[in-house]
Amino acid sequence: MMQTASTIPIAAPREPAWVLPYRGIVGMVCLILAESAIFLIFVVAYIYYIGKSLSGPTPAQVLELPILGTVCLLSSSFTVHFAVSALRKGNVRGCTVGVAGTVLLGAIFLMTTAREWYHLIHDFGLTIRTNLFGTTFYSLVGLHATHVAVGLIMLTITLALLLSGRVKEAHAERLEVLSLYWHFVDGVWVVVFLVVYVLGR
Amino acid sequence: MANGTVLEAIDQTLELKRRPPLDVVYEWVSTVDHKKIGLMYIVYALIFLVIAGFEAVLMRIQLAVPNNHFVSPQVFNRLFTMHGTTMVFFVGMPILFGFGNYLVPLMIGARDMAFPRLNAFSFWISAFGGLLLYFSYLGGDGLYGAGSAPDVGWFAYAPLTAKVFSPGHSTDYWTLSILLTGIGTTGTALNIVTTTICMRCKGMKLSRMPLFVWLMLVTSGLVFVAVSPLTAAQIMLTLDRYLGAHFFDTQAGGSAVLWMHFFWIFGHPEVYILVLPAFGFVNEIIPVFSRKAIFGYPAMVAASVGIGFISLSVWAHHMFTVGLGPAGNTFFVFATMVISVPTGIKIFNWLATLWGGKIIFKVPMMFCIAFLFQFLVAGLTGIMLSSAPFNWQLSASYFVVAHFHYVLVGAILTALFGAFYYWYPKVTGRMMSETLGKWHFWLFIIGFHLTFDFMHVPGLLGMPRRIYTYEAGRGWEWWNLIVGIGALFQTAGTLIFVYNLVRSYHRGEIAGHDPWDAWTLEWATPSPPPAYNFAVEPTVSSRRPLWDLKHPEDQDENYE
Amino acid sequence: MALLAAANTLSRIASGGFLLSPTSIFDPAATPARSVFGLSMLVLSVTLVIFLIVAGLLLYVLIRYRHKPAESEREPAQIYGSNQIELSWTVIPILIVVMLFLSTTRVILDTEAAPRPSGALDVTVIGHQFWWEFRYPKLGVVTANELHVPVSDPARPTPTYLAMSSADTDHSFWVPRLAGKMDLIPNRLNTMWIDPQSPGLYLGQCAQYCGTQHAKMLLRVYAQSPEDFAAWIKQQQKPVAQDLSGNPSAVEGQTVFMHSACINCHTVAGTVATGRFGPDLTHLASRDTIASGPVQNTPENLRQWIADPNSMKPGVLMPSMHLNDHDLDMITAYLTTLH
Repeated sequence: MMQTASTIPIAAPREPAWVLPYRGIVGMVCLILAESAIFLIFVVAYIYYIGKSLSGPTPAQVLELPILGTVCLLSSSFTVHFAVSALRKGNVRGCTVGVAGTVLLGAIFLMTTAREWYHLIHDFGLTIRTNLFGTTFYSLVGLHATHVAVGLIMLTITLALLLSGRVKEAHAERLEVLSLYWHFVDGVWVVVFLVVYVLGR
Repeated sequence: MANGTVLEAIDQTLELKRRPPLDVVYEWVSTVDHKKIGLMYIVYALIFLVIAGFEAVLMRIQLAVPNNHFVSPQVFNRLFTMHGTTMVFFVGMPILFGFGNYLVPLMIGARDMAFPRLNAFSFWISAFGGLLLYFSYLGGDGLYGAGSAPDVGWFAYAPLTAKVFSPGHSTDYWTLSILLTGIGTTGTALNIVTTTICMRCKGMKLSRMPLFVWLMLVTSGLVFVAVSPLTAAQIMLTLDRYLGAHFFDTQAGGSAVLWMHFFWIFGHPEVYILVLPAFGFVNEIIPVFSRKAIFGYPAMVAASVGIGFISLSVWAHHMFTVGLGPAGNTFFVFATMVISVPTGIKIFNWLATLWGGKIIFKVPMMFCIAFLFQFLVAGLTGIMLSSAPFNWQLSASYFVVAHFHYVLVGAILTALFGAFYYWYPKVTGRMMSETLGKWHFWLFIIGFHLTFDFMHVPGLLGMPRRIYTYEAGRGWEWWNLIVGIGALFQTAGTLIFVYNLVRSYHRGEIAGHDPWDAWTLEWATPSPPPAYNFAVEPTVSSRRPLWDLKHPEDQDENYE
Repeated sequence: MALLAAANTLSRIASGGFLLSPTSIFDPAATPARSVFGLSMLVLSVTLVIFLIVAGLLLYVLIRYRHKPAESEREPAQIYGSNQIELSWTVIPILIVVMLFLSTTRVILDTEAAPRPSGALDVTVIGHQFWWEFRYPKLGVVTANELHVPVSDPARPTPTYLAMSSADTDHSFWVPRLAGKMDLIPNRLNTMWIDPQSPGLYLGQCAQYCGTQHAKMLLRVYAQSPEDFAAWIKQQQKPVAQDLSGNPSAVEGQTVFMHSACINCHTVAGTVATGRFGPDLTHLASRDTIASGPVQNTPENLRQWIADPNSMKPGVLMPSMHLNDHDLDMITAYLTTLH
């Protein structure tokens, strides 16, 4: 719950205590809203073009369910959540473990994506210019992967800060803002997974 | 209050000391103060207003007579693209977000925006976008051939923008400059929302915020969901042009209509992003110059939020001629007509505010009154366009051009002029000249009506838009000539306005902190406000804190 | 209907000389344009009434409640709102919206979902940068820029159904006196119909920005009596004259033509010229205009066009053929035989 005040509450005679939400969370929610809209357009384009490629490989022919990557990425939401709760309780060590786990799982996800793409390009000759499927697939999955990469960079910086002892309990809220971004990235993956690997095939 | 006087004295002392020019430049370039950033947005936008206005004058000269040879078709096509793109992205957005930047923290009793460094970043990246767009004039054949300036229309329909139909870089200038400014706009919107939610002063519940702040809040929300689709579509376009993707490649089975959907999902809310802050200005100015509180504050909030939401569902009324089919067309007719209801509610509430008041015809109010008449007409021509079969005749003709200029110039720019005269005293500490203001007003309004009233007619007589010349004998000649003459009046009015802005800075009457006897928090600070805005963070207990202070026997909080 | 006719006449009278135009949307000559005209009169009347009421009220308020300096400086009574008033000016606009919406829907269905009569003529329209291709598939006729259609008798309608697409960018077919516009979009088929009820020439032009010469992509629709139309079709179906003896210039011109790059872009039926990029020239001499409308079809203009198309329509996609004067004369002589 967003209980943190941005100004010191002074109880006036008639008015209740003045508590407003934390800036970082509100800002991140706004960013997530904007990014969701971008992803939505790429998803709409993907769905619109399902079955419309004039030639070239189709999803059913070349796509396999990315189970490992999905499990890793979704688990990383738990690790980052654990990291935030740990830091709230002042457990910096636990937080470090959580963040490190998140980075590891996120990195594995990116590697599975990279392997999948290598496989698609070299074994099936599917590139962004092959057909409508190639175009919409690489752009949607690529956009998501880019967001994962950005998140990983931020988490790695956080990990470095944690390891060098610079992170304190008071920073828990800031870490929560970052974790919100990471949960968003995971949420987008759920949608991408369903649209590309389930619906589209 | 002794405290206030001492601080004022200190502020004045700081102002009087002369500082080395380089210091001043560095201060502005590195500032994170929302007021300075707001001013930079506004000045930047005014410069582009003059440039884009010049582009319009060139077009009107070319169209003054049939089969004219003032500019070549290639130059003309670049002019109308640049005029539209500049006015929307590098005049409209920056100037309105500039005002928002300046006023929102002051109106809610805060000391700055939630993320001051993001604020500065947003400005500079937006500014760079504008410079990038205008750099395009220096490409290709060079300045007199209008260089590599984009020539695909401000909505850049596919597949005209595909590499095969638009070789060279003109489309890329369009795409990149708007992408950059979109990032800036999103950052500013994020700042406005966060500031409004998290930094209101004590006692300022959401239901006590000035309506301008509400409207900036709704506008910013719209930015998130509207600008992003354009960003996405532009990424797709760039992938098409450079990596061989096929999003809008009709030869590979891609869809030109998909671009239209994505563009207008942005484009329609965009015009509401432009008009809602203008409503905000009017909401602040009309009550002060009628000496009455705004009528129906909750209804105004509901109407504004309603307009914001509904505006997301009407986009395909720009696509009635694309062949969506009767079901599609009917849905968008309905949604578009529905949006007229909350819009009408706003007009009626303004009317009711004026009713029973004591209307003072100072220049800010004159512009708001012109706004009321002109926005009414613009809304009504909008209803005409919302009727799909009528739209089949009117769309892509000069009737539409007249309609949207009626909104953009007749409503938004007019309200903006009013806002300038109203808040200039707060920003600079000096009043603008009323006499020059009246000259500006009458010249501009006469010019506006000459141009945009008569511009409807060629549309009704079959003249499409975006044509560099036209055949004689279609009955369009006289109308185009009158339209061009109006442009000259508007230019004169605008130049007087700019002169007034500059002259009043040094020669204007000293304003004091509350020259208009107004009621919202920004008028409780010195003019100009110090960097920290409020020495002591205010506490409010109604919608009009200064009214309460001035009328302790009849405070607003008794009625809310 | 009487009301519409009255409004029509009134608008013509009121317009005097200034509004006379061969492309006015208020001068319908076919059923789709007429339906739209009727709806537009309704919408215009409703919006006019709203304007008069609201603007009138506004004017009244500004005069009645202006601040008179002699008055005391006391603030007027502060009125914050009224739920009943808000309700009333929400409900009334909703009712107006419902009424307009229903009228609009009816016209949408009348036009877009109209049943197709058996006597309809099919024409395929393909938009190009910057010309119009017209094909009559069941009649084996291909032409460009000038559309001939039969006049339609309301008792036994013979409308023309246009199936439209584009070969390159977006275009839009707009002949205001006949119908509202419909876009021509690549990789998409749109349809519309027209049924001009009196013979004559109806003007229009492309209404969707399609590139440099969008402005001169003009439309000419010739509505002809059934007999005239049948005669035109017969003439268009005739093969081009093979025997040009007696016209040595034309013979030489034909040779120049068939050996130039012209044949890569243009078609002359029955010859080696089978290009589809540019307009079909088989019956070029039967057309009133060239360059898709802005240029009269005279030998001088034709010669100038071939010599340097950009001099007449800058930005057009046809390149200058760099022919010498002699060849230009010969080709012109040849092309003017293509009736």
